[in-house]
Amino acid sequence: MSPLVHDVAVTAAEIRAEFPLLRNTSGGDRPLIYLDTGATAQKPQAVIDKITECYEHFNANVHRGVHPLHERITAELEASRRKVAAFLNTRPLDELDLLDDASEIIFTSGTTMGINLVAQAWGRQFLQAGDEILLNPLEHHANIVPWQMIAAATGAKIVWSPLTPDGRFDLEQFEARLNHRTKMVAVTAMSNVLGTLTPIADIVQRAHAVGAKVLVDAAQSAPHAPTDVQAWDADFVVFSGHKLYGPTGIGVLYGKLELLDAMGPFLGGGNMIDEVFDDHSTYKRPPFKFEAGTLPIAEAIALGTAVDRVQAWGWDVIHQQEQTLLEACHARLSAIPGVTIYGPSVADKGAIVSFTVEGIPAHDLGTSLAQRGIAVRASHHCAKPLHKWLGLDATTRASFAVYNTQAEVDALAEAITGTQQHFLRRRGSH
Amino acid sequence: MTDGLSEIYDDHILDHFESPYHKGHLPCPSCAHSERNPICGDQLTLELQIADGRVKEAFFDGKGCAISQAAASILCENIEGRTVEELRTMAAKEMLDLLQVPLTPSRQKCGLLGFKVLKTMLYSLDQPAAS
Repeated sequence: MSPLVHDVAVTAAEIRAEFPLLRNTSGGDRPLIYLDTGATAQKPQAVIDKITECYEHFNANVHRGVHPLHERITAELEASRRKVAAFLNTRPLDELDLLDDASEIIFTSGTTMGINLVAQAWGRQFLQAGDEILLNPLEHHANIVPWQMIAAATGAKIVWSPLTPDGRFDLEQFEARLNHRTKMVAVTAMSNVLGTLTPIADIVQRAHAVGAKVLVDAAQSAPHAPTDVQAWDADFVVFSGHKLYGPTGIGVLYGKLELLDAMGPFLGGGNMIDEVFDDHSTYKRPPFKFEAGTLPIAEAIALGTAVDRVQAWGWDVIHQQEQTLLEACHARLSAIPGVTIYGPSVADKGAIVSFTVEGIPAHDLGTSLAQRGIAVRASHHCAKPLHKWLGLDATTRASFAVYNTQAEVDALAEAITGTQQHFLRRRGSH
Repeated sequence: MTDGLSEIYDDHILDHFESPYHKGHLPCPSCAHSERNPICGDQLTLELQIADGRVKEAFFDGKGCAISQAAASILCENIEGRTVEELRTMAAKEMLDLLQVPLTPSRQKCGLLGFKVLKTMLYSLDQPAAS
């Protein structure tokens, strides 16, 4: 083992030690093996502590008082917003926008709300009958259903762009479907089932060439690789806090300020208004226009802490650890007869491995692995169009984070083999 | 008990609040702009008489808290005689320093309302030249 690899392994082990839940067992003395980060990530101690600190030391509402608690919590919330902006590499705003407290970072309840916000607030204003919304089979239901809803309301049409046979985004087929009617391209940066990484900058460039806007679902990609909204030139980017080692109930919508300014609000209520008259209201500038009501404040602040942790660990360590696990998982599982891994090769994907085992339904495999202390997901993973494309009802998904280990990959492979032996023995006896 | 209060609401601020400098309107302003602070409802209009690239007269009108109104008065007094070019580079910190009192971030919004109106107005002045 080279010194470099050794250093990385040590660092990844140190990162793992920050997660209290991973020290638990799964009952008895069996270690808990958590391979379901694609569903939600575990939380480092710093994030858990931050939520407690918020409620123990400076709980108050934000943006609407002058007492010290209010000043403190508002400062913490806005500091978190700036951390997220830096994390996404947003452009600096000009002086007047800053004097308005304008920001391109909107706190949402998560990816789902972010997409619904754009579909409704942007779609109501900018979509007309005959316009086209371009999707592809990699999308999670959260990046399909909101577009179907606004399409039904406006008369716009959903157009599907196919995948390559190995489950990659097909840029040529995509380009062939772009035209002057295309108004929105909604695309994931990383498939939650196949792990496929999509060429976002190329997609955005081609979409912009026909005047279409692009929304990027970064829910899966944000914890695994840098999100650079300027390099992507994306119009909207959404992600969830809970997949980024942060709390549930909080997420982020990034939007280009000129688009956010041009859009009407999504939800109406307190905190988002400029002036309220008897028959109409005027609205604040973004982000507040889109943050009606009281935010999950502690969660939003702790999301800033999660961003701090990811920055402190560094993308190099995260990428190297996850890539090592991904390669090991592909190698171990593909060596097991009867196991089929779906999607592209390791070079074109992030740390997600979806597979089936011949003769063992996904749900039963999931249960068997759970009994062996391994947490995976077994279902259609909220991606039914993709499973239709795969010709499957369900797959079993192992998804990795920087805190996982090679030993856990080995345990997964052994548990699959063990399950096969159990099922084959029973089959043999009938 | 008045120590904390007198720190923010010192004579400098209260003098300007109670006897504001140039509160009212110019008969024929070169430019005018209004804004609100939606958080606490302060309203402010600023009117400038500009000649040879220099502010000859500055008037404000508005209603709201003592900080926002005193700050506008202080701003009007300060910018008269200054060139538009100078004001373009005026930073928010300079405005806050003119107030001579410590403000928490939420009250800084009040203290900067007049400054924001000024900056927006200067930006609008740029627009015809830019196009």
